[in-house]
Amino acid sequence: MQVEKKEFKPTIVAFCCNWCSYAGADLSGTNRLNYPANVKIIRVPCSCRVNPMFVLRAFQRGADGVIICGCHPGDCHYTTGNYYARRRMTLLFSMLDFLGIERDRTRLEWVSAAEGAKFAKTMNEFVEAVTKLGENKRLEDLRCKKQ
Amino acid sequence: MQRIGVFVCWCGSNIAGTVDVHKVAEALKSEPGVVIATQYQYMCSEAGQTLIKDAIRDHKLTGIVVCSCSPRMHEATFRKTAAAAGLNPYMVEIANIREQCSWIHKDMEVGTEKAIILGRAAIAKVHLNAPLVAGESPVVKRALVIGGGIAGIQTALDIADAGFPVDIVETKPTIGGKMAQIDKTFPTLDCAACILTPKMVDAAQHDKINIYAYSEVAEVKGFVGNFSVKIKQKARMVDPVKCTGCGLCVEKCPMKKVPNEFNLGMDKRSAIYIPFAQAVPKVATIDPTACLKMKTGKCGLCATVCEAGAIDYTQQDSFIEEKYGAIVVATGYNPINLDQFDEFAYNQSPDVVTSLEFERLTNAAGPTAGTLLRPSDGKHPHTLVFVQCVGSRCDGAEKGKSYCSKICCMYTAKHAMLCREKYPDTEVYVFYIDVRTPGKNFDEFYRRAVEEYGVKYIKGMVGKVAPQADGSLLVQASDLIEGEQLKIKADMVVLAAAIEPDQSARPLATMLTASMDTNDFFTEAHPKLRPVESPTAGVFLSGCCQGPKDIPETVSQASGAAAKVIGLLVKDSLTCNPCVAHSDELMCNGCSACEKVCPYGAITYQDKEFRMPDRTTAIRRVASVNPAVCQGCGACTVACPSGAMDLNGFSNSQIMAEVDAICK
Repeated sequence: MQVEKKEFKPTIVAFCCNWCSYAGADLSGTNRLNYPANVKIIRVPCSCRVNPMFVLRAFQRGADGVIICGCHPGDCHYTTGNYYARRRMTLLFSMLDFLGIERDRTRLEWVSAAEGAKFAKTMNEFVEAVTKLGENKRLEDLRCKKQ
Repeated sequence: MQRIGVFVCWCGSNIAGTVDVHKVAEALKSEPGVVIATQYQYMCSEAGQTLIKDAIRDHKLTGIVVCSCSPRMHEATFRKTAAAAGLNPYMVEIANIREQCSWIHKDMEVGTEKAIILGRAAIAKVHLNAPLVAGESPVVKRALVIGGGIAGIQTALDIADAGFPVDIVETKPTIGGKMAQIDKTFPTLDCAACILTPKMVDAAQHDKINIYAYSEVAEVKGFVGNFSVKIKQKARMVDPVKCTGCGLCVEKCPMKKVPNEFNLGMDKRSAIYIPFAQAVPKVATIDPTACLKMKTGKCGLCATVCEAGAIDYTQQDSFIEEKYGAIVVATGYNPINLDQFDEFAYNQSPDVVTSLEFERLTNAAGPTAGTLLRPSDGKHPHTLVFVQCVGSRCDGAEKGKSYCSKICCMYTAKHAMLCREKYPDTEVYVFYIDVRTPGKNFDEFYRRAVEEYGVKYIKGMVGKVAPQADGSLLVQASDLIEGEQLKIKADMVVLAAAIEPDQSARPLATMLTASMDTNDFFTEAHPKLRPVESPTAGVFLSGCCQGPKDIPETVSQASGAAAKVIGLLVKDSLTCNPCVAHSDELMCNGCSACEKVCPYGAITYQDKEFRMPDRTTAIRRVASVNPAVCQGCGACTVACPSGAMDLNGFSNSQIMAEVDAICK
């Protein structure tokens, strides 16, 4: 009997803004564009709704990568939300890098409602980058870890 | 503890094809709080909705999760279903297992596993949902139409005929747009001016329509039902009320060497001008870059001859602020700049013209009074070559557009036909990649050009147009069907330039927060089912700003947009989105961080009296959110350092619960 080697499948949390990126994700589905099943999307009204706390929580609970997608600069449904997200996440990601969560595990990307192909491509690239880094062990709460 | 019902939809085979719906329902049944988990072929169908309603009543459900298509598709449907069964509609959560699961993955096991996780996340969220009640906001019963071409005029007329006041904002001194420049229209060959100018007059005389010509939208604030728009009226240096449009000033103006935009620079106009005879409003405008009085201070002849005393050299740009319930974008198109297309010698020879220029050359009101003459020497041309797809369908090329400009095949057939009809001695060639003539009576029209008028259609691209010493143009092209290289000595070459959205569209889209595609065409809310609405509520699309269109299509879309606007304006109030921010006054420390990031000014500060633990009272400054103004972006919730600000429907605890469920 062949011993099955378990392939590492990272857990990826994707925060997508309702107006552009979530619709872009829907479009990549409508166009049947593949991306790995590890990506689970959480819908938020705007990329500026993503509290740094949510990203920390994800890493604490065992996520291997977190990606935030919003409307392109200038196209935010709420005019300026994605600018806030950009500033906040730039700071957060550099702090996480300092804490040992590699820069490639976090990403901020602009995906419009018309960019289904870009969404799929971004997710494929991101999953590949995170898979390369392997399992994230840094911020995981040991109390929550399954034994 | 909530009593939750889970409803897994098959969506025929759309979901059931790659997700084992029975397994998903079975797995979710054991989640905490779930009292019923079931599946059905089509949850959105009448029978599916009845199943949900019955379950809500029978099991006394306090929250439901529907595992189905995207919430963008059917969230509203299932909220209505819940409301019909007496459940608060905001106690519904959707797990998107179609667009973001079954359609993405091919493997049943992978799809099923992901669907279960997405279902768990939705269940975790619905546990923390709270019943929400939507408020109402009033609708301003007035519409704004941006752009005064045929699209804007038609939309405005239809809205005004339904009894609502409409303002048209047009950047040019007159309404009419591109259609005013066109000579004849396909496929009927009736004169464009004869069908357009009466509509322009109708718009001007309609008591519900107000035209702001020579004006621009400077600022847009607000939201559906209640937009506040600042309109910039550019200084004409002429009082539009006093000016009678007699044209005496135009006649007397000594500066007569200004390229005439209306004839695409093919003739000259004076510094004070009326774009064309049927202009609406028929009011003169001074071009400050050409006017001698404006430039040197000497002249002032127009003011002397104007009997109405309408000339005012001191006029400044002015601003008007107006409130609107709905905004229609009708900014139209322009032919692309052909500087990059050196091979067609557009910049080297005046006899190489664009189709729109050709339109002016055949127009009775154009620079040649309708006689077809070569721009270089004013002689009658004998051989004409029409080149199609100049800059259209250039996918992958560094220049041009990837899309088909849609109207060129038909207007080229029209030009070729008119040429042969008026001047039977001419030889007319049309080079094409494909001839695309879908439309009522369109293919018949094209066939008439070939069969009755003897226009020579050649499948192939023109490689080079070389101006010759004798003034002719040597056209080198390939005939793809005969497989031979052709050299044609032509007198004129007409380029069917691709069309692109007007340059004003991009900044306008930013002001309206309406989205655009990669070519700067406005995106519709749904490409098939909501083609005249933009994804931004209250903003509608009309004409070529949404994509290339011919006149019949533009007019139908314009009326479609008008119908949607009327549907909005007849309402006295709109239901507000209850998913708005709210502040916990006990936690708020009054720091104003939230106020600074709010794009809508929805947050204000108030001094409130609080009872302290020692039974004394204290006055504290706390934030409060105006739910009618808040749009629910959530920027404030992240800015708040004390965690007092939270968002209904997307609360901190709800999103964290989703994160936990996914990372489990």
